[in-house]
Amino acid sequence: MANTQGTTGLLGWVDERFPLTKMIREHLTEYYAPKNFNFWYFFGSLALLVLVNQILTGIWLTMSYKPSATDAFASVEYIMRDVDWGWLIRYMHSTGASAFFIVVYLHMFRALIYGSYKKPRELIWIFGVVIFLALMAEAFMGYLLPWGQMSYWGAQVIISLFSAIPGIGPDLSLWIRGDYVISDATLNRFFSLHVIAVPLVLVGLVVAHILALHEVGSNNPDGVEIKKVKGADGKPLDGIPFHPYYTVKDLVGVVVFLIFFSVVIFFMPEMGGYFLEHPNFDPADSMKTPLHIAPVWYFTPFYAMLRAVPDKLGGVITMIGAIVILFFLPWLDRSPVKSIRYRGFPFKLLLAAFVVSFLILGYLGALPTTPGRTDLARISTVIYFAFFFLLPFLPLIEKTKPVPERVT
Amino acid sequence: MKKILIAFALLALPGLTLASGGEGFPLEKAPIDLHNKASLQKGAKLFVNYCMGCHSLEHQRYNRMGRDIGLTDEQVKNNLIFTGAKIGETMKNAMPKADAKRWFGVAPPDLSVISRSRGVDYLYTYLLTFYQDSTRPYGVNNAAFPNSGMPHVLWELQGMQKPVYETHKDHDGNETKILKEFELVQPGSMSPPQYKEAVTDLVNFLAYVGEPIQLERQRVGIWVILFLGLAFVVFYLLKKEYWKDVH
Repeated sequence: MANTQGTTGLLGWVDERFPLTKMIREHLTEYYAPKNFNFWYFFGSLALLVLVNQILTGIWLTMSYKPSATDAFASVEYIMRDVDWGWLIRYMHSTGASAFFIVVYLHMFRALIYGSYKKPRELIWIFGVVIFLALMAEAFMGYLLPWGQMSYWGAQVIISLFSAIPGIGPDLSLWIRGDYVISDATLNRFFSLHVIAVPLVLVGLVVAHILALHEVGSNNPDGVEIKKVKGADGKPLDGIPFHPYYTVKDLVGVVVFLIFFSVVIFFMPEMGGYFLEHPNFDPADSMKTPLHIAPVWYFTPFYAMLRAVPDKLGGVITMIGAIVILFFLPWLDRSPVKSIRYRGFPFKLLLAAFVVSFLILGYLGALPTTPGRTDLARISTVIYFAFFFLLPFLPLIEKTKPVPERVT
Repeated sequence: MKKILIAFALLALPGLTLASGGEGFPLEKAPIDLHNKASLQKGAKLFVNYCMGCHSLEHQRYNRMGRDIGLTDEQVKNNLIFTGAKIGETMKNAMPKADAKRWFGVAPPDLSVISRSRGVDYLYTYLLTFYQDSTRPYGVNNAAFPNSGMPHVLWELQGMQKPVYETHKDHDGNETKILKEFELVQPGSMSPPQYKEAVTDLVNFLAYVGEPIQLERQRVGIWVILFLGLAFVVFYLLKKEYWKDVH
């Protein structure tokens, strides 16, 4: 018996009851992606790979990890020593956390340079920023689980930020902790949120992100809409089916990524104290505050902004504002030109200043403060926000180049 | 108040670099070698004899240690287990934490992952730089960890050394006292080079205990990366083949 997809046999039987072939066509074999994707377009599929890695290794870690203040630290060492291949699973998970942020930061940078957040892709960008937020929550709560000194005091610092909110602050931070200090209660709820609540949200958001992308089609390094120029068969002239072209291309990216990933896992799992902080090999001790509390590297830019503002509430607002402002990017950037290839010098300068300020903030956030460093952090924070506030005015002075009809 | 900045220049020790920033202390590089089984065995022996009275290795199993450093279960049982523990148990000790806290101010920490939290160079420098200080409860202080609560457990081996200070005056006339070197005032049962070797063995052992899998991890890693290198060639050619017709 034939069906609308023209499939027969078992597949035909399934297709009459479930849109299997239809989905494969819509999202893979007949999803037309621009043929001019470059290096920057590897990081979407890599982010998906790392997500799968985190979920799988996380499932296996959960089999041996004990979310209790008395057993957590020991259970991590148990995984490292007594569980067969436990060390590998743990390092894949800990390195995966950092890799996730590296990949996502590069993925977001790609969106910035090629204007992928602009109309009609605003929702893709918004889903992406929510994914970034969920990822930060996921990483933050996951970092408490090894129950080392940095786990403990890092969580203490971040949760105490909520107490800066006027009125409800103190009660709110108490409610989050479930105790007056970080304790077994906090560890248990963070474990619950880390292994089930946030991953569910993340997976759902990733699906929404990809569905929104496939609805409007992918942007490309030239920032031209390939759907505007179609052939006689109704397919974009500059588009190629995602499968097999980009599946085989992304496989090359995956292997290169895995080589870097493996070098870290097998030869430098602590990454010099950046992926696994040295003080986190001391068990959590509520009576002993470390001299210097540094968050893991992927939070340091935001931590530097927090410290740059003298007022605690002001710092919290600045830090949250730094992420919230990302949501407005599609409407702040008013230039009709998407890709940096055809934008003018003012945009390039502004973007470069933004990236440099973000890197400086990341560097400063890992170090103890000195007056000089605080000044630098303040200047960098101002530049970070200036990027967003100056964007709407750029078209006044920016001379853009003509955008070609077809991809180059 | 006179601000005493202590930058430790342990000139008696070769291969040392001075900390340029002023604060902190220069750590001497620990010349450890995890492939040296004899050194690991000597380190294990030193650990169970001198350290384990106070410090446990509660994540390290005796039999795993024996297997990794080249000893049979029998050898471990006869030479390294003093606590009556079974061969498959972890290396705990019998000292009650509460008493320990009373005796030393802080309970001696478990040392299973100390090499990962402090680093081997710190441990090496720490064990070499105990010196006489009558103001401290146990009569010794430490250059790497000032006012450490730990007595100089290895003093029979090293002997006792006293500090030699140098006084510097800066432009404002503030005097800075710098610990320059040590002078052995009472020799121990080992000569200074022998003692350094013993400390190297001990730190080597602790480096092993910090992550028992590390040599195996690197061995596996080489094969994984070779495999991925091969996979890269295959996938790259596959990509090239598929993309031939894309212009």
